[in-house]
Amino acid sequence: MFSEFYNLLSGWFALDTWIVITAALAAMSCALPGAWLLLRRQSLLGDALSHSVLPGIVLAYLAMHWMEEHHWLSADSGIRHLVLFMGAAVSGVLSAMVTELIQRWGRLDRGAAMGVVFTSMFAVGLLLIRMFADKTHVDPGCVLYGSLETSAMIPLSSSIQIPRAVVINGAMLLINGILVIAFFKELRLSTFDPGLAAALGLRADWIQLALMAMTAATLVAAFESVGAILVIAMLIVPAATARLLTDRLSTMLVLSLLIAALSAVLGHVGALTLPSMVFSRLGYPDVRDASTAGMMAVAAGGLFVASILASPRHGAVRRVMDRIRLQVRIASEDILGKLYRRDEAVPVEDLTPSAIVTPVPLRTWIEWLARRRLERRGFITVTATMNQLTDKGREMAQSLVRSHRLWEAYMARHFELPGDHLHATAEQVEHFLSPELQTELAEELDQPSFDPHGKTIPGSSVK
Amino acid sequence: MLTTRLAQHGMHEFVWIAGLFDPTESVHAPYMAYNTRIVLLGTLLLGMCSGIVGTFMLLRKKALVGDVASHAALPGIGIAYLAVESVAPGAGKSLPWLLAGASLSAACGVIVTNLIQRTRLIKEDAALGIVLSLFFGAGIVLLTIIQGMKTGSAAGLGDFIFGKAAAMTAMDVTLIATASAVVLVVCFVLFKEFAVLCFDEEYAAALGWPVKRLDLLLTGLVVGVTVIGMQSVGLLLVVALLIIPPTAARFWSNRLGPMVLIAGAIGGASSSIGVLLSATITQLAAGPIIVLVGSFAFGFSLLFGTVRGTFWQLWRQRTASRRKGQLDLLRACYEELERNLSPDEFVRDDSTHEIPDLTVYPIKQEAIIAARAWSPGRVAELLRSAILEGWLRQDSNGQLRLTHSGTRLAARAVRNHRLWELYLIHYAEVAPSRVDREADLIEHVLEPGLIDQLEKLLEKDRRGSVPASPH
Repeated sequence: MFSEFYNLLSGWFALDTWIVITAALAAMSCALPGAWLLLRRQSLLGDALSHSVLPGIVLAYLAMHWMEEHHWLSADSGIRHLVLFMGAAVSGVLSAMVTELIQRWGRLDRGAAMGVVFTSMFAVGLLLIRMFADKTHVDPGCVLYGSLETSAMIPLSSSIQIPRAVVINGAMLLINGILVIAFFKELRLSTFDPGLAAALGLRADWIQLALMAMTAATLVAAFESVGAILVIAMLIVPAATARLLTDRLSTMLVLSLLIAALSAVLGHVGALTLPSMVFSRLGYPDVRDASTAGMMAVAAGGLFVASILASPRHGAVRRVMDRIRLQVRIASEDILGKLYRRDEAVPVEDLTPSAIVTPVPLRTWIEWLARRRLERRGFITVTATMNQLTDKGREMAQSLVRSHRLWEAYMARHFELPGDHLHATAEQVEHFLSPELQTELAEELDQPSFDPHGKTIPGSSVK
Repeated sequence: MLTTRLAQHGMHEFVWIAGLFDPTESVHAPYMAYNTRIVLLGTLLLGMCSGIVGTFMLLRKKALVGDVASHAALPGIGIAYLAVESVAPGAGKSLPWLLAGASLSAACGVIVTNLIQRTRLIKEDAALGIVLSLFFGAGIVLLTIIQGMKTGSAAGLGDFIFGKAAAMTAMDVTLIATASAVVLVVCFVLFKEFAVLCFDEEYAAALGWPVKRLDLLLTGLVVGVTVIGMQSVGLLLVVALLIIPPTAARFWSNRLGPMVLIAGAIGGASSSIGVLLSATITQLAAGPIIVLVGSFAFGFSLLFGTVRGTFWQLWRQRTASRRKGQLDLLRACYEELERNLSPDEFVRDDSTHEIPDLTVYPIKQEAIIAARAWSPGRVAELLRSAILEGWLRQDSNGQLRLTHSGTRLAARAVRNHRLWELYLIHYAEVAPSRVDREADLIEHVLEPGLIDQLEKLLEKDRRGSVPASPH
């Protein structure tokens, strides 16, 4: 399997390296504004923007085509991208303004207003593409998932062999990085404490507008490579993944960049290898590769799911493990208590065969784990016929039972509870009574020797 | 008949439209008309259903769930195609299987979104975006893989992304009709439950209703509508069918029942108009044009909706402010006359004729301008409108006089104003010098019931029908 993987990658050309670099730069430049949008709870704004820049881009294409037809513009001039950026920025800002207007005039829910505007703008864009398909050279499919493979092939110029997409996305990443570093304080303040930011005289609306313009520009730069829908993945997912892994802002920004780059690498490698590896086993030997942009989204998703599961602080695995560990501890302490009480009722030397062959019943796998734990730590010995406390185990069990019975005595003295109501609470509390509290309880009750049921309270093991 | 006449006049585009509504034409009707009729029926039903289901989602502030569902359906289509193809080669594009796969994976997407949201680690909107883009990415991967296969082509599968209403067959319409019937029946039967779920989930839970199951059912309806709509409108835009008609309907009614009906109507109408347009003008793709017709309906509702439409709101504001100005003017006239006449002459305190007859006294325009901080232009405008309403008149000497109806209105305005002033002085302990302005704000919104209570409260100060000014 590994050799198959290696074989598939043996066809790695310089083009593949450029594809990965383009993808990584695009993803990283998206991750920066994406992180701020996530923290400002405006992720959907990025989603909406990625849809609503479409008509601007198409119109810009049409305008350029028209200008080229009239020989006002040479086909490979650098103005192309400027016009594209402007078209996208205008339609992005326009859609934001219209959303705001609709929301205010119609007193609508923000999500609904956004939904109305971005679907309408996207519809306009698609309609334009269909109507002028022969002129725009924009393939509708390309709008959705980009054309990473071809964009990495177009060089900047005949003399410089670096792909144009690398230069554009790299420049965008650089600009975003400089902006984020330069306005770090302002962004942070207006994101986490808008009230204080306003009190200090920061114009929150300008920061918001600037962030939107930055997002729109980044989207256009990445558009050609990863397309309108998958760009959302690059905008939201690395930032969200980084957010799960850390609570520190600067760490989060750096992590989201790393995750973006990683998902680009994994995406391309996965696109080259996974389809063939999976589908050759399913009986489709002719499957070769898949869309890199799509696989990037999948890779980013994989990283996201992994960090949801394995995040050191909030991870699902961590939480489940914690719960199991607690359950095992409580179960093993219950086993100790049970063995102690058995020994108390029937001295070891008097154990009848029937008592011997009734070991602690194992009801669940938690108890099985608990018994293993006790055995491994040397608290009990397990033979085929019976479980037995070791000296160490007896000491431990004694302390537990002491906690239990002290608590019962305490409850009996201070609360008016019938005798049969004492046990259940004590059963819970015994696991959490620290030695200090145990000593204090004993002092409070004047070192009692019997619990309310008349059973001996074993001596303190704490010297 | 109509069709032949249209054809004679060279209006070929409209031939089949006429055919649609003319049962006698069906024999001669070209294949196109039959096909369009099928498509029209399908999209009409679809638009209605999505409008109705969308209304509940909009009110639950979960309008964008449909977006997740539609994007998340894509991998399901790919997997269903591969699965069917591997069992029965060549049958991969059978619609029921594709739709079943799409529904399953859309449902998965929505469930995953809920799971991510429930961990509370990630904000809700981010969770939507994450699931949407990831499922879509996986779908694109699968589609490109299928494209690379020698055995099959993904050509038909791409239609789910952009939609292809014109390719609808009679079987598709049967499917859509069945699904729509189910959706409509469920919405009708569970209308009350859904309504309470939308407005007060806790109350529904307190009533002992299975809130979670109802929510699940509603989400299931959304998934169903989305998946079925994908074929005609495309998965990118199908969410528009769920969002736009209900949002537009919001401007026409404040009640749920009418809103649901209006949303269904708008959805159905915009879908059918869109289909007709795209059938007439071949350049217009059906999906986008359906959405844009809906957007147009939304824009129209935003401006002219009778309940929350901007235009009517402005109109209502204008009317209210003009009425307020007129009443202020009448009050100024009344007080001007009151100032110049002796109390005995002025107040006729007999039960049959409570309001003094002020029609006989002329009013000086300059005095009114002086009384309030009004510009002469504003006063002239107000006077003109008050004369038009018949509350003031110009006598033969060109002097202004109150009419009977004007006197009655003026007396009422003065009374409201003074009652509130008195109330403020006696009960709210506001300084008499300040009450005039505050009474100005409130006098126009005092309701008759409140005035009665005020009168009772201020019985001792009451003199005639109009109390004396506290100033």
